[in-house]
Amino acid sequence: MADGQARVLQGNEACAIGALAAGVDFFAGYPITPSSEIAELMSQCMPLIGGRFIQMEDEIASIAAIIGASLAGATSMTATSGPGFSLMQENLGFACIAEVPCAIVNVMRAGPSTGLPTQAAQGDVQQARWGTHGDHSIIALAPSTVRECFELTIECVNIAERLRTPAVLLMDEVIGHMRESVVLPSGDEYDLTHRAAPEEGMEDYCPFGECDAEVAPLAAYGGEYRFHVTGLTHDAHGFPTMVPEEVDWKIRHIVGKLESRADQLASNEEFMTEDADVLLFAYGSTARVAKASVRALRDAGVKAGLLRVRTIWPFSQKRLRELAPRLRLVVVPELNLGQISGEVERAVCGETRVVPLGRVDGHLFVPDDITSFTLEEATS
Amino acid sequence: MSRSIEQARDYLRPTKRFPTVWCAGCGLGIVQSALVRAIARTGVLKNDVTVVSGIGCTGRLPAYVDFNTLHTTHGRALAFATGVKLARPSMSVIAVMGDGDALAIGGNHFVHACRRNIDMTAIVVNNCIYGMTGGQYSPTTPHGKRGTTAPYGNVEHAFDTAALAVGAGASFVARTSVYHAAEADKLIEKALRHKGFAVVEIISNCYTSYGRMNKYGSPVEMLRWMKESAVPVSAWEGLSEGEREGKFTRGVIAEKRLPEFIEAYDELGSRLTRTPAAVERVREILTAYDRGAGRLAAGFEDPEIDATERGESKR
Repeated sequence: MADGQARVLQGNEACAIGALAAGVDFFAGYPITPSSEIAELMSQCMPLIGGRFIQMEDEIASIAAIIGASLAGATSMTATSGPGFSLMQENLGFACIAEVPCAIVNVMRAGPSTGLPTQAAQGDVQQARWGTHGDHSIIALAPSTVRECFELTIECVNIAERLRTPAVLLMDEVIGHMRESVVLPSGDEYDLTHRAAPEEGMEDYCPFGECDAEVAPLAAYGGEYRFHVTGLTHDAHGFPTMVPEEVDWKIRHIVGKLESRADQLASNEEFMTEDADVLLFAYGSTARVAKASVRALRDAGVKAGLLRVRTIWPFSQKRLRELAPRLRLVVVPELNLGQISGEVERAVCGETRVVPLGRVDGHLFVPDDITSFTLEEATS
Repeated sequence: MSRSIEQARDYLRPTKRFPTVWCAGCGLGIVQSALVRAIARTGVLKNDVTVVSGIGCTGRLPAYVDFNTLHTTHGRALAFATGVKLARPSMSVIAVMGDGDALAIGGNHFVHACRRNIDMTAIVVNNCIYGMTGGQYSPTTPHGKRGTTAPYGNVEHAFDTAALAVGAGASFVARTSVYHAAEADKLIEKALRHKGFAVVEIISNCYTSYGRMNKYGSPVEMLRWMKESAVPVSAWEGLSEGEREGKFTRGVIAEKRLPEFIEAYDELGSRLTRTPAAVERVREILTAYDRGAGRLAAGFEDPEIDATERGESKR
């Protein structure tokens, strides 16, 4: 599609191709529906491009392996779904505190527990944010189209590399398994970012140093720098510390380096918001349906608009705050029982009414679900 | 090989991290010294060694040694190590784990690492107890022995770590104890030189948590127990069932030549580049974007270049 040709691709396929485009050369994973196609494609391609693929014994080991590989200089990724994502939370926290770049794809399905393996849901939005223990921040991007599966996979890898953090691609089953005609961007339409390498000598190298919002360069194991990495709270050199000032700085640093960039990392699509007084706030597959609802609502005389977020975490309040004064209603349709609507409510600070619309029966919304709910709320 | 303090210092981070967190009388210092001496004997450069650990007293070891070091989550050392090794096969990757770390919470990773035969060394420091958390019984606490969660004696049965490793397919398995420090040097060195997954179990002593609860008078008495209980592999056959009671073998327990994972994987890669059907399929996937097609093509310029080199040059 460098040839500009349209092809029919599945979201999971586009994600795997995006990973290859992003330079991913190490993939570790464990089979789980509905994400397995990603691992299958990576297993096909890795040996032919000089990368390596391994199927680990579980998801705990999969994320551990990609963190280890990243520290040895690889661009690494894993892919899973809800239950596997639960198992990854332990080492997701490790990647947060040890500031190791890695990309984690979670093709969400319905839970809790085994739930509905092949049905649609957006049940892991808050798990992505708070699933691992302790204060931290996280990157989570949600694609709505097959092309975006490609683009946001690259973006996940880029952000992970630039900010030395785990980055989550929050796909959902609908997007992962949906096939649509797509023209993928050619190589000159996207940039690749690689982690900064240290310039000073090993004796002066501080792998966890730098000032608050900045990100220290990361050397690779096996090169010219020997350094220590630990999941214990550590000082600028990477060694364990219990000095209150150093501990406080470390935790504020891993949270601050992402949260302070929330607006900069935000990526939104707006549809008919110019004059809207009723806003639909959506992401992932739900946003596609919401777009159809906006048209239907307009036909019914409601000045509706859609704010679709590609960046879920860190949550940017900026655009919502700008829109809030002229809104009388925000409806937040999600394939869960209101995981992001609380964030929306916090953002608008009571300036407008926020109403969650949840669906958890394993099926995706049809436009009329959102349209009729919104009509009712808008006239009540 | 000299055991001078000066030599050890080359491999430690003396100005930064000492004294260690370990109790007086702990066997971990002996293990650490043996590891450093074994690495010195192999002549591998410090930059080319990664030492990975999990959680517990043994988990603290990497902080003290001057290599690439990675102190991970409880039980996961081998899974992290797998990623390190696959990303950079030229490195010597060593995982050091305690018995709880390697065999309880990390038991699944341990058996699968044995089965895969990736060229790494796993050192299991077995002190029969969870030391750092205060002496709870572990998967290697002998039946009847006491721990803080087995106050009336352990009702469970212990793993035979080396037998478990052999059963899971490890291509090199050895065992010794911290009493047999010189043998530990040699066995770790052998493990490091072995092409494949190597396990070295080192029976150690946690006097603080295990010794006191099980009526050992001192760390020295625990070392004496090791001296008297360890039987060379060669002498084991000659012992009766009764004589074997409470004893363990030391020495090389299993050693075999098995295809190593990365060698096999990269061999597969170079074979695939000569398989038109596979190439076509992947080319089809990769033509989806410019850079991917470029990467595939680069790999084909010279079919003699094996996948390892392509991987290394790319990084």
